[in-house]
Amino acid sequence: MYDYLLHIAVLCGIYVVLSISLNLAVGFTGLFNIGHAAFYGIGAYTSALLTLAGVPWWIALIASAIMAGLFGFMVGVPCLRLRGDYLAIATLGFGEIIRAVMKNWTGLTRGPLGLPGIPKPSLFGVQFASIDMYLLLVVVVAIITVVIVNRLVKSPFGRVLKSIREDEIAAKSLGKNVVKYKLQALTLSAMFAGVAGSLYAHYITFIDPSTFTLMETVLMLCMVVLGGAGSIIGSVVGAIILVILPEPLRFISLPSSAAAALRQMIYSVSLILMMIFRPQGIFGETSTTKKFDLRKLLGMKKPKIKLRTKKNA
Amino acid sequence: MSIVAQLIANGIIAGSIYALVALGYTMVYGILKFINFAHGEVYMLGAYFAYVLAKVYHVPIVAAFIISMILCAIVGVIIERVAYRPLRKSTRLAPLITAIALSIFLQSLALLVWGSEIRTFRTGEISKGHNILGAIVTDTQLMIIATTIVLMLLLWLFIKKTKLGKAMRATADNLEVAKLIGINTDRVIATVFAIGSALAAAGGILIGIEQNLEPTMGVTIGIKAFTATVVGGIGNIWGAVVGALLIGLVENIGIWFIPSGYKDAIAFVILVIMLIFKPSGIFGSGREEDIRAQGE
Amino acid sequence: MLKVTDLHKEFGGIKAVHDCDFHVKKGEIVGLIGPNGAGKTTVFNLVTGFIRPDRGTVIFDGADVTSLKPHIIARMGMSRTFQMIRLFPNMTVLENMLLAMKNQDEGFKAAIFRNPLMRKKVKQGLVRAIEMLEFVDLHAKKNELAKNLSYGQQKLLEIARALVNDPELLLLDEPAAGVNLTMLKKIKGLINKLKDQGKTILLVEHNMEFVMEMCDTVVVLDHGEEIAIGTPKQIQKNKKVLEAYLGGTEGCE
Repeated sequence: MYDYLLHIAVLCGIYVVLSISLNLAVGFTGLFNIGHAAFYGIGAYTSALLTLAGVPWWIALIASAIMAGLFGFMVGVPCLRLRGDYLAIATLGFGEIIRAVMKNWTGLTRGPLGLPGIPKPSLFGVQFASIDMYLLLVVVVAIITVVIVNRLVKSPFGRVLKSIREDEIAAKSLGKNVVKYKLQALTLSAMFAGVAGSLYAHYITFIDPSTFTLMETVLMLCMVVLGGAGSIIGSVVGAIILVILPEPLRFISLPSSAAAALRQMIYSVSLILMMIFRPQGIFGETSTTKKFDLRKLLGMKKPKIKLRTKKNA
Repeated sequence: MSIVAQLIANGIIAGSIYALVALGYTMVYGILKFINFAHGEVYMLGAYFAYVLAKVYHVPIVAAFIISMILCAIVGVIIERVAYRPLRKSTRLAPLITAIALSIFLQSLALLVWGSEIRTFRTGEISKGHNILGAIVTDTQLMIIATTIVLMLLLWLFIKKTKLGKAMRATADNLEVAKLIGINTDRVIATVFAIGSALAAAGGILIGIEQNLEPTMGVTIGIKAFTATVVGGIGNIWGAVVGALLIGLVENIGIWFIPSGYKDAIAFVILVIMLIFKPSGIFGSGREEDIRAQGE
Repeated sequence: MLKVTDLHKEFGGIKAVHDCDFHVKKGEIVGLIGPNGAGKTTVFNLVTGFIRPDRGTVIFDGADVTSLKPHIIARMGMSRTFQMIRLFPNMTVLENMLLAMKNQDEGFKAAIFRNPLMRKKVKQGLVRAIEMLEFVDLHAKKNELAKNLSYGQQKLLEIARALVNDPELLLLDEPAAGVNLTMLKKIKGLINKLKDQGKTILLVEHNMEFVMEMCDTVVVLDHGEEIAIGTPKQIQKNKKVLEAYLGGTEGCE
């Protein structure tokens, strides 16, 4: 039971990284990317193949981020000229093409047979083989992701991303290089997905193409939308809720395919209800006056200037 | 038997099915400017409805075919009413998210009700087939082509000759103006969903008879049919038909050159290439400004 | 400060602007008037680089800026507002200001590493933005979403945004259009304050009273052609101008 709870916590951590990275593109920049699972998969395969070839884990981790980022960039160059739902379809297309390659390039990926025996990571002689150690690793990575993405969006850079989401033409008229910013946002988003993929691969120690489907992206999207597009805390909470929500189903004796179907129904219905009744999500920003403020909630004083920290105040 | 003729025949047969599904995408897009992601699932439902009617209730296949189309038309109208209409005034992305969710919902529902095993209408052996210009075509396949042609003629008559069809064209031209001149646009939209869904159901049933049924069957066909509409120029009804035939042909001839595992990826590649280089479609009739990012 | 010589622009054979010559001296307020379709906004677009002229030159602060890209011209110290307000409706007033500010580190590396220089710039930016909001009396609304402002307030915000980089020359496209009397007074006060600060302003406006009261020099365009230039008093007496306006009215009705 204890291990089971830790297992859930590890999954939560991995999905926090995924939903936050997707939110960077979808929620903050307005890029409707539904091929995110492909970047996740590229990260997983890169990391798995490299470590299986004997490359140290930490190098494989960095490589998976770079590889996923590279693909993000390559997908972005042509696709970011498309708007809204077309961007969505094009990224979906790319995602499926990448998955077709995973399935069919058997010489590299062993196709549908998958890659078994992916080694558990170790760093400076510390083994992350046990589940509690792995949880520690995942939590650290998740926190780093939250911090970095938070810094990205709460900065002049993030402000430009938001302005692109709001009105591309106006952003352009203020001299912003819209295409460059969109590309950067998508590349960064893909890099974090790649890191999540690496975390997943070394945790489960087996990967195959069936993990990185459209359904997986939809799940991440649910997390983003549930928490609120454009809200970091929302993505964290959304990921945790949607990992935990269907878990009780495990304790009802159901054939596994039925359980999976039920889980997907829960996701999809919650998403539809969310879009109709609270499209901004739990923590979505609609009005700044009602904006969720953790500091206020905890009775802390709000700093006058957002970026001022103790260091230079 | 010649391989080329066979590949072309296979392409036309696949293309007919894609066309039936593509019509729903392009008609909905023409009016509401949004992609009804759940459309592929209606195709799947159509196949299952007919299967249940024919296999469980022993309804004659032709009756099952028609009843299933009607049922799917109703499903289409309900989808529009429940999931899309409340969102018509929201951002462009909200209905897209809902549509994806709805598609997942219907898929899992089918999985839960009918299970994941592959089913088929077929009882006896596969019929031998006729040799037409060097290609072997079975009775079922001939029926697919014939049914597609008949349904399209009916659609053409509907659009050209009926009042509702004219209202449909007016609404596709300009929703606001149509409203101003007294067209009940809600009714037009419901009709479009009904017709599109019935046609998709027909496609699903035909495939169910020719090949087999599974809950996920709507996903790839959805993308392929959507690709067809983009190729033909999104919003253009007859462009979608041409696009569908082209996709069917390219796909089937394509597997001559590349491993067949990549067959499904061909449509995606065409889709991405079209969106990037010729988003208005091969006839240039699609609205490019709807597709390009602002200010591009 | 600004010298426009022999400016020409055609759109599909129609002369939108021709033979346009005028100059704006430092510290002066110049009004650009004319009946509808006279080419006023086109002149604005030509001067600010949004449209390239077919012929003619625009000299700004001694430098030839003809056909330069808008953001480069803006960086040289020329700032403008638009006839149709173009704000980011779902972003706060402060964010709208900061987005217009130059000298901000808007790269992602700066965002992640936040070196002291970047922090300093962010702080300076905030101080400057709030200063400008105070100047137009909007600082109380700084955390309000732009879409929640009244029309007049949005106009003020646009002016504040144009001022944020401390431009030498400010171009205002119809600053008084569609605002109520209180707001009109406020905008007049604002322009006077800017004049006292020694700013140079070129404005397009339909409200004659406003132009006659505020401007030092008035340039009159009709059908893309410059028909008169002079002080408000001279313009009021100019026969050609009266004809253009009366003729224009007749043409309309």
